[in-house]
Amino acid sequence: MKLHEYQAKSLFADAGIPVPDSRLATSVDEALDAVDEIGYPAAIKAQVHVGGRGKAGGIKIATDREEAEQYAEEILGMDLKGYTVDQVLVEAGVDFVDELYVGVTMDRGEGKPVLMVSTEGGVNIEEVAEENPDAIAREHVDPAFGLHPYQARKVVYEAGVDADVALDVASILSTLYDLYEENDASEIEVNPVMITGDRDVVAADAVMNIDEDALFRQSDLAEMAQESYEDDLERKAGEYGFDYVRLSGNVGIIGNGAGLVMTTLDLVDYYGGSPANFLDIGGGAKAERVTQALDMVFSDDNVDAVVFNIFGGITRGDEVAKGINEALEQFDEIPKKVVVRLAGTNAEEGMEILNTDLVEVEKTLEDAVQRAVKNADEVTQ
Amino acid sequence: MSIFVDDDTRVVVQGITGGEGKFHAGQMIEYGTNVVAGAVPGKGGQEVHGVPVYDTVDEAVEAEDADASVIFVPPAFAADAIFESLDTDLDLAVAITEGIPTQDMAKVNKRLGETDTRLIGPNCPGIITPGEAKLGILPGNIFSEGNVGLVSRSGTLTYQVVDNLTERGLGQSTAIGIGGDPIIGTSFVDALEAFEADTETDAVVMCGEIGGEDEEQAAKFIGEHMDTPVAGFIAGRTAPPGKRMGHAGAIVSGSGTGTAQSKIDALNDAGVPVGDTPEEVADHVEDFL
Repeated sequence: MKLHEYQAKSLFADAGIPVPDSRLATSVDEALDAVDEIGYPAAIKAQVHVGGRGKAGGIKIATDREEAEQYAEEILGMDLKGYTVDQVLVEAGVDFVDELYVGVTMDRGEGKPVLMVSTEGGVNIEEVAEENPDAIAREHVDPAFGLHPYQARKVVYEAGVDADVALDVASILSTLYDLYEENDASEIEVNPVMITGDRDVVAADAVMNIDEDALFRQSDLAEMAQESYEDDLERKAGEYGFDYVRLSGNVGIIGNGAGLVMTTLDLVDYYGGSPANFLDIGGGAKAERVTQALDMVFSDDNVDAVVFNIFGGITRGDEVAKGINEALEQFDEIPKKVVVRLAGTNAEEGMEILNTDLVEVEKTLEDAVQRAVKNADEVTQ
Repeated sequence: MSIFVDDDTRVVVQGITGGEGKFHAGQMIEYGTNVVAGAVPGKGGQEVHGVPVYDTVDEAVEAEDADASVIFVPPAFAADAIFESLDTDLDLAVAITEGIPTQDMAKVNKRLGETDTRLIGPNCPGIITPGEAKLGILPGNIFSEGNVGLVSRSGTLTYQVVDNLTERGLGQSTAIGIGGDPIIGTSFVDALEAFEADTETDAVVMCGEIGGEDEEQAAKFIGEHMDTPVAGFIAGRTAPPGKRMGHAGAIVSGSGTGTAQSKIDALNDAGVPVGDTPEEVADHVEDFL
């Protein structure tokens, strides 16, 4: 789960990390009130979960009130890589002489958190990692002990940070690790950390992602997650408790188990179609879950046809079939053609139970996907 | 003719009095698994399916000589349950639980390096040696005895592939779901190494998915150390970067590592044919045998 920049920065500020003065605004008037308080230059920054906001025109620096008004008007409501901007962070500009990259993340291969520091901040760090991996200093943290303060200092010196600010940067890094641990973050990145002409150190950007599996013990962050949804369908999926990812195609996909749902997406693509979503309904398939899943794909305007693929392990095929019948009988008219394929435990019984007035039935995964792709093609022709 | 579990494995079920634990303990017993005990704090002295329940894993080992555990414990308490298994020096712990915080698993992983216990999972369907024992939630009826080893990061995808194999009369020696989380115990390489050493496994299927670099490491291992033929499948070819596809571990990073293509290329370079569909995976296995 991604936090917005303003959410992450409020956590930074509470923890004592220096951040620029800022206000959140949802209208041009609010943005102007904010610059009146903050002064110039002021950055107007779109609050959406999109990388490369600056390049895409989502961050502008205003030097006077006229510019502030113009930029706020431009950015609020703009479409940024598919996301509509409905709030901006108005932030005091920082007069910097140097930029650093500082981050904490989980190294999957090592099974340990890792601290990262680079003096090549302010640019795309992934490019730096690719082209010049030695420009990023790394230090693994033993998860059982936690961070020893010397480790933060070591990695900062190793990166070649100027000696007069090194201890301040190490202190920020140390605090970031505390935040990483306390908030069950999966990743925290500050790019850039700015060094000012007065040799102050300021966190000018903030990326913070939270481990969704830990939200049960992070209730404040779980509330922020609600504020972070930008897509109505993703919000709905969150309410229903589905694993859901929206894609750009027109074949709606419902299935059980992440690997098999991903495989179904891949097969839709393989047979010449284009997947509209990833939707894993998980174990069990009571009528209520099936209804909710169908509601998700039916309410996606992009969807022209649906494939419903269930491999009943412990879940029984006959129960799934009853659920599908019950769910579809609630509709006066089925809005989009649904192809169902059931396999595994009691699949044959299930296939017989399915009401073929409401759904099309196929025996194999390959056949079901091809039929759904064909159904979608017929709608678009 | 199997790896990690057989009909001698003596199983303690952690969380046997909960809904999931109780149901699947029953299914495991019905399959013929030697379930000797349950372990649930505060429930010592009870019986579930005729199996005695103890308050701690330690007591279950003392009284019933258990050497493996299956963990059906909610995410908030699951890391603690895994630690209990590791600290009791069981040979094997199979963690079914989905949704354990990654930072908890990092701590477990640290401890794992200091013990001799093998951990399978978490967030996995478990392990089955057809005709002998199953530890987990895999549906026993789709498996058949045979000489194909299978290792996979996903549950239902495993069932799909096994179904295709069984339908063609290609039985399995052992099938393992290693789990879809970023930090897991047994890796592809661990399972492949064991299959290579198992004289009764004549072909192996490996089902990977996007995220991390475990498949690339497995490909390297296969190229350098395996004579047993391996067929591959990789899920998530159409997954966009930065989106978690259900499994916490199934995510292509912004920098483009963990893509399906990089895994397919690595496997192909190691001489492993990768099926475009699950049926094609079964075709490859048929060709091997």
